Amino acid sequence: MQDNKKQYWLKNLRLMLVLLGVWAAVSYGCGILFVEQLNAVRIAGFPLGFWFAQQGSIFTFVVIIFVYIWRMSKLDREHDVHE
Amino acid sequence: MSILVWTYIIVGATFALYMSIAWMSRVKDTKGFYVAGGGVPPLANGMATAADWMSAASFISMAGIISFAGYGGAVYLMGWTGGFVLLALCLAPYLRKFGKFTVPDFVGDRYYSNTARIVALVCAIFASLTYVAGQMRGVGIVFSRFLEVDVNTGVIIGMAIVFFYAGLGGMKGITWTQVAQYCVLILAFLIPAVAISMKITGNPIPQLGFGSAITEGPHAGRFLLETLDHLHRDLGFSEYTSAFGAGNKSMLDVLAITMALMVGTAGLPHVIVRFYTVPTVRGARWSAGWALLFIAILYTAAPAVSVFARYNMIESISGVAYEQAPSWFKNWEKTGLLAWVDKTGDGIIQYRAGEAFKGKPEFIGEVGDWGQRMVKNPPTDTPNELYVDADIMVLANPEIANLPAWVVALIAAGALAAALSTASGLLLVIASSISHDLYYRVINRKATERQRLRLGRIMIGIAVVIAGYFGINPPGFVAQVVALAFGLAASSFFPILILGIFSKRVNREGAIAGMLSGIGFTIFYIVQTKFLGVAPWFMGISPEGIGAVGMLINFAVTFAVSHVTPPPPQEIRDLVESVRTPRGAGAAVDH
Repeated sequence: MQDNKKQYWLKNLRLMLVLLGVWAAVSYGCGILFVEQLNAVRIAGFPLGFWFAQQGSIFTFVVIIFVYIWRMSKLDREHDVHE
Repeated sequence: MSILVWTYIIVGATFALYMSIAWMSRVKDTKGFYVAGGGVPPLANGMATAADWMSAASFISMAGIISFAGYGGAVYLMGWTGGFVLLALCLAPYLRKFGKFTVPDFVGDRYYSNTARIVALVCAIFASLTYVAGQMRGVGIVFSRFLEVDVNTGVIIGMAIVFFYAGLGGMKGITWTQVAQYCVLILAFLIPAVAISMKITGNPIPQLGFGSAITEGPHAGRFLLETLDHLHRDLGFSEYTSAFGAGNKSMLDVLAITMALMVGTAGLPHVIVRFYTVPTVRGARWSAGWALLFIAILYTAAPAVSVFARYNMIESISGVAYEQAPSWFKNWEKTGLLAWVDKTGDGIIQYRAGEAFKGKPEFIGEVGDWGQRMVKNPPTDTPNELYVDADIMVLANPEIANLPAWVVALIAAGALAAALSTASGLLLVIASSISHDLYYRVINRKATERQRLRLGRIMIGIAVVIAGYFGINPPGFVAQVVALAFGLAASSFFPILILGIFSKRVNREGAIAGMLSGIGFTIFYIVQTKFLGVAPWFMGISPEGIGAVGMLINFAVTFAVSHVTPPPPQEIRDLVESVRTPRGAGAAVDH
């Protein structure tokens, strides 16, 4: 039982860190640190770095949360800790 | 029908709606008052959270600030939405499992200390008051322009309405009014955005429209953003889409501000308490997801609105004779949020980079040669002749684009919904901090349900009066004041909550020392740079971003102090263990 909880917690942490990695990469990475390099690329009328900073990162954030909900519901059931 | 008549109709109808919802969801017990009875469905809670959290600053000021800042506006867009990811992944499910009424409840129990509870509640009140001040100023601006009343009268009307539904229905009342307010504010934001997007680019989806080509006028066939970059270059501004360089913030500053806003969002007490109102941990995750989705609808439209507003504004007034200036220009000149000084004496509005004159416009009450209101501010030596307050861009946008009167009125209703929903959420945090956390948990554990409920309502009354005072005597620019509240939340709550969940070693002594040092440093720096005129001395980071540094200090101090003092007792470690698994989350309880 204790082992199960430990496993659950470790998997939870791993999922969280992966998703936070994506979160940091799109916002701090694409939106700020590498914005000028990405601005050299234009898709339709958007300079890419500007697009990530003002819109793309927000779309990604929404996806991150829904992936989290989906993965966690699965994890809860696998480890029998769901409500 | 005129804009004024439409405004009375639409604002009146929406207020009647909020009032009847409040009446239908009035409460008789503290559980309904503080956590809406704990039975709000996640979808509705997501909407309420979105309305609660999207403030007057998001609705009125943000697109305006982005419009003037170009790329730099990204700090607000990414900062305020990115925090939701932290909230959803690191806080919401665990705090829901913990299952008490307020944030100081968690801090007080997790750190087994009434001192920690009191420090947390002072931080909550401080952040909430700073924030609510901005909301009341927003209400004042909207009323003064659209109902053509005095700003002070407008603030008082707003106070009466908030008091009615927050006092009557508590959390339950504000949750269901916020659901209605979300619908009003999102429609009010999207309808003009779609209409303007159609008009300029022929694309009905504003999120895509601002990357499209212009359909008519002198720039037809060219991409909107490219055209705007050209216009900016011609007028001496830095390019709209370019990131760093002359006239822009440094990369480090942009990083700091974005981070402060992100962790601040995750630490805002009035947002966190919303996750106590759903029935399960799973519900808390879902409502964070819904909330961000609903927020993203507005937040991805806002940069588009900024671009449209910027383009329209430059096109309709730059280089135009004052006598031929469009009517929106003269309407807003009346409110004192826009002013023109004819430096060259040719009667033509010259819009260039730089300030037109020192400070905010102070009118002398006379009109100049062309009918413009004269200001007594000393002019600067830039060629720019125009002062435009960023707060007017969203409100004036439909007028600038010549949209029908009812759309203009709808914007007013939306702005009021945004300001009032956030104000009510914050007032409830202030009231519950004092009546629940201070009075019931610290002073009088024997208080009856009725006493506590009455005290909660009295505290809402007092908080409304204080908020109204700040609305009448505003401490500054709406979005900046709000940004400060985020900094305060970032430097006080966020590290304590995170460490409280993810570390079993962090203890009472660490938490208290961490909160005090984090918020202490942040307030000290903000007071120095905002009020005492000291230049930002910490690596050039502006006061809006200093919360990120305060947060790091808080983390470091909490950690260090915790490791040199005794570990927390076994029951606290069991508590931490239990919040980590979803099963067994009962309804929120108050003891």
